[in-house]
Amino acid sequence: MRAGLFIPCYVDQFYPNAAIATLELLEKLGVEVGYPSRQTCCGQPMANSGYEHLTEGCNTLFVDNFAEYDYIVTPSGSCALHLKEHLHTKDNNDVALGVRKKIYELTEFLTDVLKVDKLDAKFPHKVGLHQSCHGQRGLKLAQMTELTAAPFSKPASLLGMVEGVELITLNRADECCGFGGTFCVAEEAVSSKMGKDRVADHEHNGAEYITAADLSCLMHMEGIMRRKNSKVKVIHIAEILNGVKEVVA
Amino acid sequence: MKDHAELAEVFNKDEQRVDWHDETLWWVRQKRDKASHLIPDWEELRETASQIKLNVLSDLGNYLEMFEQNAINNGVKVYWAADATEHNHIVHTILKGRGITQMVKSKSMLTEECHLNHYLEEQGIEVIDSDLGERIVQLANEPPSHIVLPCIHKKKEEIGEIFHEHLGSAKGEDDPQILTETARSHLRDTFLTRKAALTGVNFAVAETGEFVVCTNEGNADMGAHLADVHIASMGIEKLIPQRKHLGIFLRLLTRSATGQPITTYSSHFKKPRPGQEMHLILVDNGRSIQLGREDFRNSLKCIRCGACMNTCPVYRRSGGHSYHTAVAGPIGSILAPNLDMKKYADLPFASTLCRSCSNVCPVKIDIHEQLYKWRQVIIKEGYGDKKKAAAMQAMAFTLSNPTVYRMAGKAGRVVMKYAPFAVNNSLNPWYKHRDMPKPPKQSFGEWYSENRK
Repeated sequence: MRAGLFIPCYVDQFYPNAAIATLELLEKLGVEVGYPSRQTCCGQPMANSGYEHLTEGCNTLFVDNFAEYDYIVTPSGSCALHLKEHLHTKDNNDVALGVRKKIYELTEFLTDVLKVDKLDAKFPHKVGLHQSCHGQRGLKLAQMTELTAAPFSKPASLLGMVEGVELITLNRADECCGFGGTFCVAEEAVSSKMGKDRVADHEHNGAEYITAADLSCLMHMEGIMRRKNSKVKVIHIAEILNGVKEVVA
Repeated sequence: MKDHAELAEVFNKDEQRVDWHDETLWWVRQKRDKASHLIPDWEELRETASQIKLNVLSDLGNYLEMFEQNAINNGVKVYWAADATEHNHIVHTILKGRGITQMVKSKSMLTEECHLNHYLEEQGIEVIDSDLGERIVQLANEPPSHIVLPCIHKKKEEIGEIFHEHLGSAKGEDDPQILTETARSHLRDTFLTRKAALTGVNFAVAETGEFVVCTNEGNADMGAHLADVHIASMGIEKLIPQRKHLGIFLRLLTRSATGQPITTYSSHFKKPRPGQEMHLILVDNGRSIQLGREDFRNSLKCIRCGACMNTCPVYRRSGGHSYHTAVAGPIGSILAPNLDMKKYADLPFASTLCRSCSNVCPVKIDIHEQLYKWRQVIIKEGYGDKKKAAAMQAMAFTLSNPTVYRMAGKAGRVVMKYAPFAVNNSLNPWYKHRDMPKPPKQSFGEWYSENRK
């Protein structure tokens, strides 16, 4: 099984530790992982702003980089969802549509493809799990509170395999953090208020760490917590599942 | 005119008020969850309702003609209004022809959309809204901020002030029971003296020509039963094929809206009582244009329950008035651009695309998908921000060229200069309430080339 590792642009630039953890975790689980060096971005920042017509370059690049792999794995639910729903190219669209089907968010890949049932990791902390909207409602990584349907959670099940993790209960299990791509600056007032409220829910319920399958949400909440010198930290789920080691940065 | 972001910023100046507004509507969302989770086949109900509405939209012309013929046979006078102006003119003509200068009106978002009250006032006709929430915002000279809970943005103390000024309640009185009694006796007089009553229409049944009006206060019934002239205004999308389909929608409507099992009054109007006139106005006002837009057609499935507003984290923290249109929130943001793309170009962007709206929608409108698609249409039609367009071009260029991307990344992560959160200075909106991520020593790409190859 050959999997291509897609590390989205902002993860590459700002959160290399999450990317390293993703790579190491996959390797430990016996996956042959390739990392195409010419990768950049999924194109979502342009597309969600109404500029999907400017994403041809990103899309072509993505297809060229990843078409050869059996699976494409990424530690970002939002980027995975965008590619699954919107990846297309003018010249090679059949290949692009085929690539769509091979894209997996990390916890989805661990659960549905590798069928992981145990992990060698320890994280003795109170953890708040932020259900990122695109991962949850888009990729259906976990049941949604709006629906009348049986509960499940791929990220929570995986965290349950990590020794010492104590998942806290939130007052609002799956409310958006307010990041929303360019929404975070275009609608600054509402965006930051949403972020403040999400952070407060985790703090109020005793989280030491906030984790998620999406770094964009974590980056947003981290920005708010750092501003007010909160003691709560953010950590990508890959780092917990891989077993946290000393920080590279 | 201020756009959604600017109006929301004003709303957010009073954080305690934002918290109160958010929590009030979240409470309604929770009531909706409790009510819907009690129905094991809830998701099947939603799917069935969606299919029925899709069927109606796929053959709307024929259903409308069937409904019209049956309504006429029942003794109802039927009118067709192409737009708001025609609708308002029809209402005025009916009233004028009978020498009526005062009218009572129950809740109708369609008449808000048509700005009927304002028009009739200009013609010298007094309109009194009989829904309690609508009456409050009418006295306050404001539009409703929510389609089901029109004055949800007002605290009881503020309502007390309004009633003191207009209805003579005691100064400082804010007891909900007493305020409701005050409105009740004021409206009782209105009901008894009005010769004409206008109601909205929640559902119209094609096979029988009857229409159904849902209220909790019974105010539509009070108005229509006591008046000599009953005028009902309905959007052409309000049809359902048969009476047997009604049960599905009545089960969904109020559970989605407020968490009640059903509206207190679900009244069927079929024919005028002896001596009464019943007029029904079928209003298009952009609906057939929307029907012609394949990507946005199914927004016409909407039954106006307001669930998408209650669940929307942006709506709860920006208030209905920030949407500057009759129907606010997520559904308003996909309906309004159809009416005026330039004026409402901001609304599809007033969302994080979190998809909660689509999940609560009782008729399964893919609201988030349509928000995304409206964004593409609005940019292509040239209603986007020109400065943003330049930044987007630059970002697309960088991200399409791995070499440029790597170089930009090395030079202090400036690849992210187009990303909104990258610069810690007061000109960057990100920085107002948030810090930027600490740039690491090396990118993952750099780490990988040192450690794996």
